Amino acid sequence: MILLSSLINGLSLGSIYALIALGYTMVYGIAKMLNFAHGDIIMVGAYVAFFASFSFGLPAIVCIILAIVACVLLGVIIEGLAYKPLRQAPSLSVLITAIGVSYLLQNSSQLLFGSATKIFPSLLGNGSFKFFDGKLSVPYLTILTIVVCVLIIIVLQWFINHTETGRCMRACSEDKGAAQLMGINVNRTISATFAIGSGLAAVAAILLCSMYPSISPTLGSMPGIKAFTAAVFGGIGSIPGAFLGGLLLGLIETFSNVFISAQLSDAIVFTVLIVVLLVKPTGILGKKISEKV
Amino acid sequence: MRYLKSMFSSKNRARTISFLMVIVFYAIIQSAIATRSISSLMKGMMVPLCAYVIAALALNLVVGILGDLSLGQAGFMSVGGYFGATVATLALQHVNNELLVLLIAVLAGALIAAVFGVIIGVPILKLQGDYLAIVTLAFGEIVKTIVSNIYLGFDENGLQFAFVNDTTRLSSTGTMIINGPIGLSGNARISTFTIGIVLVLLTLIIIYNLMYSRQGRAVMAVRDNRIAALSVGVDVSKYKLMAFVVSAALAGAAGAFYCMNYSTVSPAKFDFNTSIMILVYVVLGGLGNMNGTIIATAVLLILPEQLREFKDYRMVIYAIILIAMMIITNNQKCRNVLEKIKDGIAKIFRRKKGAADHE
Repeated sequence: MILLSSLINGLSLGSIYALIALGYTMVYGIAKMLNFAHGDIIMVGAYVAFFASFSFGLPAIVCIILAIVACVLLGVIIEGLAYKPLRQAPSLSVLITAIGVSYLLQNSSQLLFGSATKIFPSLLGNGSFKFFDGKLSVPYLTILTIVVCVLIIIVLQWFINHTETGRCMRACSEDKGAAQLMGINVNRTISATFAIGSGLAAVAAILLCSMYPSISPTLGSMPGIKAFTAAVFGGIGSIPGAFLGGLLLGLIETFSNVFISAQLSDAIVFTVLIVVLLVKPTGILGKKISEKV
Repeated sequence: MRYLKSMFSSKNRARTISFLMVIVFYAIIQSAIATRSISSLMKGMMVPLCAYVIAALALNLVVGILGDLSLGQAGFMSVGGYFGATVATLALQHVNNELLVLLIAVLAGALIAAVFGVIIGVPILKLQGDYLAIVTLAFGEIVKTIVSNIYLGFDENGLQFAFVNDTTRLSSTGTMIINGPIGLSGNARISTFTIGIVLVLLTLIIIYNLMYSRQGRAVMAVRDNRIAALSVGVDVSKYKLMAFVVSAALAGAAGAFYCMNYSTVSPAKFDFNTSIMILVYVVLGGLGNMNGTIIATAVLLILPEQLREFKDYRMVIYAIILIAMMIITNNQKCRNVLEKIKDGIAKIFRRKKGAADHE
């Protein structure tokens, strides 16, 4: 029974990691940059939902939409102000800029909202399903998280493969120069990628904070690092890879939490990551890139 | 005279400037301490400054000279620091000379970090680019987690060790060396500024000798074009590993030196943010430029302390400066504007000089 419940919990935690990892992986695939500020966008989404619900008493669905809109705007603004001027710059400079943006978001929210932990309202409802005469109880939230994640992945796959913008994104990730010659607006495509990634981060924020209902300005950094790991795990730049990597990471974390040691679960997660990368240096579903001279 | 000339020849200029800079800095701080014109806050920052300079110089060896992104520098500092401090606490039971104990601790820290450098370095040098970054990040997190679960102490029955749960049960006369999440406790505070400067100078000697040697040229060839280097017969993985291990050892020494400046050091001190902070010093100072690293570390470590008056805003200001610096130095348009300003200033000076010549 404990096996089954850890499996479900692991899948639901993994779904959240997968949603965040999608943001990392899409941005990496197209802009070839590690967006270290992605985790902090989660934090902003959580605060927006918190204030919408707590201070203004708006209904849950409005709070969620507000959080998504705020994150999408934030993502596009950050991209336009901080990353766009650095398109031709070496990747390390872009990385440092992303770190700067991350510092900026964390410290400004500390200024605005204070560093004290706040309790996130339960927007998505409580209660749970009971199985096997109540021996196994699964919260609605856990099921909802998994369902939402799977739906988003399906829609996203369809979007990437069957729409105009999706086609532009694939073209840009293959070869930006050639895409531009074919009349694709590369800048607009990159902005669209940031918008989608940040919107997914907002969804992840609400699911994450409903599961662990305490929010603080540094809330995003650990899930951010974990999701980044998940993206690399699955092969960075690949959308199914991010999904698989997120789920596996969630499962490994939950299982080592329950069966080995709660204190050591982080060490176990990262050790598995190193082992996987040694066996398969580009991640589970990563493409093998042949070097050209 | 010829010796003096060779010191400032184009090949040796950077090296000479580095040494002069460090020595002059030392002289200024020492005279400020002697005349009491330095605040105790600043004085207390000198040892950590030396430790971070060493760690940043070591990271520059990997990021700037080797051309690989490493996000685990704090992990090596942690390994070196914890091992070095443990050795020091045990050594102090038998040896009375603090200087000797400090040197033993620093050496022990360097050695253990070098061992970890080999363990991590051998497999990951197969990986490239961002994958190397993620493995070093993972290494840092693993070290932090494991160190937070170590309980180590000693009493008259010898060393007591426990993992995850504190089962050491020391007798009343025993001392705890590493106390789980609290970290090092009861360290002897034996690091001094003078030793720190000596260590910085030693680090510079090691790094410059490496840079200008046959091995160093091989490493830089690998950075500039791996395939070209391979095709002329450079043993890429051997030289990469060498630079990586040297960097790890120096970071370990820095960690040991840092830990011996505080009576308690928690494992969270050496987390991902510390690695990032050191990386920021290196990138802002200029990749492969050791002088830049030293200056950037000194300025960026002291600047936030000096901004304490604006204490709520200081990290926000710091972040904005960081972003602005990156955009100004990397964006073509901003660069063009800067060039124009430079040209303008140069023109004014030239005109003045020309006018003076005419008179």
